[in-house]
Amino acid sequence: MNDGGALSFAVNLLAAGVASGTPLLVVTMGEVIAERSGVLNLGLEGLMLVGAMSGVMATLATGSALLGLLAAFAAAALLASLHALACISLRADQVVSGLSLGFLGMGLASVLGAPLVGAQAQLDRFTVRPVPFFSELPVLGPVLFSHNGLTYAALLAAPLIWWMLQRTRPGLHLRAVGENPEAADGLGVDVTAYRYAAVCLGGGLAGVGGAALSLALTPGYVDGMTAGMGWIALGLTIFARWSPLAAVPGALLFGAIRRLPLDVQGLDVGWLANPSSGYFLNMLPYLLVIGVLVAGNLRWQRRGLGAPASLGQPFVRGAQR
Amino acid sequence: MIVTSPAHASPVPGAVAPAVELCGISKRFGETLALDGASFAVQRGQIAALLGENGAGKTTLMQILAGVQAADSGELRLAGQRVELASPRQAIARGVGMVHQHFQLVPTLTVAENILLGAPRPRFLLGRQPLHVEIAALGQRLQLPVDPAARVAELSVGERQRVELLKALWRGARVLILDEPTAVLGPLELGPFFRALRALAASGTAVVLITHKLTEVLAAADVVTVLRRGRTVARDLPIASVDGDRLGRLILGSEETAAATGEAAAAPMTPPAPALAASAPLLRLRRVSAIGQRGERALDDVDLEVWAGEIVGVAGVSGNGQRELAQVIVGLRPALAGRIALAGQEITRLPVRERLARGLGYVPEDRLGDGIAPALSVQHNLALGLFRQPRAPWLLPWRALAQRSAELVAEHDVRLQSLAQAAGQLSGGNVQKLILAREIDARPRLLIAAQPTRGLDLGATAAVRERLCRLAAGGCGVLLISEDLDEILALAQRVVVLFRGRVAGTIDRAAASAEAIGKLMLGRTADLAAAEPV
Repeated sequence: MNDGGALSFAVNLLAAGVASGTPLLVVTMGEVIAERSGVLNLGLEGLMLVGAMSGVMATLATGSALLGLLAAFAAAALLASLHALACISLRADQVVSGLSLGFLGMGLASVLGAPLVGAQAQLDRFTVRPVPFFSELPVLGPVLFSHNGLTYAALLAAPLIWWMLQRTRPGLHLRAVGENPEAADGLGVDVTAYRYAAVCLGGGLAGVGGAALSLALTPGYVDGMTAGMGWIALGLTIFARWSPLAAVPGALLFGAIRRLPLDVQGLDVGWLANPSSGYFLNMLPYLLVIGVLVAGNLRWQRRGLGAPASLGQPFVRGAQR
Repeated sequence: MIVTSPAHASPVPGAVAPAVELCGISKRFGETLALDGASFAVQRGQIAALLGENGAGKTTLMQILAGVQAADSGELRLAGQRVELASPRQAIARGVGMVHQHFQLVPTLTVAENILLGAPRPRFLLGRQPLHVEIAALGQRLQLPVDPAARVAELSVGERQRVELLKALWRGARVLILDEPTAVLGPLELGPFFRALRALAASGTAVVLITHKLTEVLAAADVVTVLRRGRTVARDLPIASVDGDRLGRLILGSEETAAATGEAAAAPMTPPAPALAASAPLLRLRRVSAIGQRGERALDDVDLEVWAGEIVGVAGVSGNGQRELAQVIVGLRPALAGRIALAGQEITRLPVRERLARGLGYVPEDRLGDGIAPALSVQHNLALGLFRQPRAPWLLPWRALAQRSAELVAEHDVRLQSLAQAAGQLSGGNVQKLILAREIDARPRLLIAAQPTRGLDLGATAAVRERLCRLAAGGCGVLLISEDLDEILALAQRVVVLFRGRVAGTIDRAAASAEAIGKLMLGRTADLAAAEPV
């Protein structure tokens, strides 16, 4: 392989990483918001599938992918509000509730989505729209400026959400609710309202992430099309240390690794010709999640940068700790 | 928020209605009647002390005023108007702010962010620079200096308290409730703190000081209200009209007074001087260093000895290495350098269990978090000490344990409903007695007691101190780590002062005075005066 070939291989891989990292990025940002408020949502996989399914359903009904996207957000947010009700108001265990929510979502998507399978042809979708001028740039052009609208929006949303969290009053309240709800409550912040809002918004974004698959990346609904992305996003949330900005390189990395098996098949390298190496490459993202979590945790724990302090704990006013 | 019609006439015609008036407040938690028709009042510009033993209902009463708890019955008037405060938000809107005993700060946020949290302004954007300037200026004006940009996690306890006060005042508190505010301050921080409170009162704020320390009440308050078992036994006594004895009697009730008042038999409790005949100290630390929670050098070249029959006090302002010292000796934190020997045998690298088996006992600072398993029963908590026995049976002999537990509980006067009760439900004093019972039952050669009486009431404090003295008299060495200087002066034969992880000085009790120790605690040599908070 010559130098030009290596460069174009890398550029292709990066561009593909950005594209296929988009759903991951959106879902991860949603989970960052929810976990920053102190509520863990393990049901991302189900929420993504519901989003993917209802996105396709609404797009077919209305003919507009944008309305489909809204429907995906609304449907997943509605489903996530069940999780909010269980964990926040009824103080159920967040792990159990989140897992059940995930399975509920998968089941719902599977049943309601069955008639949608195979309806790709007439489906409106988010198509690739290169940004004029910028897409002509070498390297940066294909990597950053030749994507569909959802990818641009997700990349812009990351700094926006970071700014909201760090520089605005609602963001400050949200962080305080996740770190020390007693303190926030003592200062008149409505802990319950913030947690509900964060869980529903986070769930809605998971739905949008699903729709980013079914309306843009691989148009059309297929059962189980998220293929574990929801789980990867959970790991990515920790990898990104609960920061929407750090989620961007994380999502790009995982997106690229997901694409790796496809891209290397075109290469003329001996051991890759072995068909079982494909299985190995397909396994990589999941292996990486585990590795990254272990390594990252060790490092961040030493620096005292942990999870939001009240993550996973219900809040009861006046309860003794 | 429900505001009923203007109040009934205030009790004294013509007098200004008090800033706060609570009448006939009752509150029940499950089986316990925490408040039984309690009443309380404070005027603008006044510092009112609310005094009582732990469990007397002081904090609950003030949490009702602050909207954290709801009263079962009774009425609440602010400036003469009857109000109901269903949440902290409503209390704040009415100008009632509370500084809790356990600080309600978010450690990962900055000082400014903590202060702005929940404040009526700014509305949306947190314009940082102007707010920082404004907060710093307010701090200066109120004699509560803070650095708005610092992260709370990096602040000392005294600084955190200033942030808490500013937080309440920033949001326009006209009634300021302070729950045990001095528990966390060093002796030289007290003066500036009380001066700041006085200045606040002078500006028209009504200040409520919840405490169980008589000396502070006498020094700082204008009036005092005393609660006993949920009832108000004395209300609005002008401070000039009372003395320590009278308050002590009011707090404890006349019948118990004789047993546990005031000096708590400090002098006769002193154990005999250690037998110097022993060849080696029970505990010897040689140039021990350790890294703290935040990666700082929490202990730096510490030398320390404890001989049999001796109580050695470790004094210092909170956060100068006391916690790490206890942890390193027990084995909960690795020593970076240096050697630790117990009765002549090196234990520096031994695991905790081995150290305990060789006769170390530990009463941790965080009673509920480290000392017991709060959800387990009293009996199970006592049984947790059993593993130290060399051949502890795999199957626990529950019947024998139950009997032994009953004996221990009786011997140490742990007051409880039953042995099956969750240990976390006991009051602080009884939890501490329970831990002591467990540790002493293991017959330690050396006991490390970290803040053993912090937050305990007079009766429990006296009981714990007496127990430590009896241990020492029986030949056990005791390392008493305490931020209560009076306690150290009352119990210890030698005082080791820690400052920034180093031994700032070791003083024999004969030569020790609160002033000398106080200076060492701030890292000063004897000549330098000028009290200035750290």
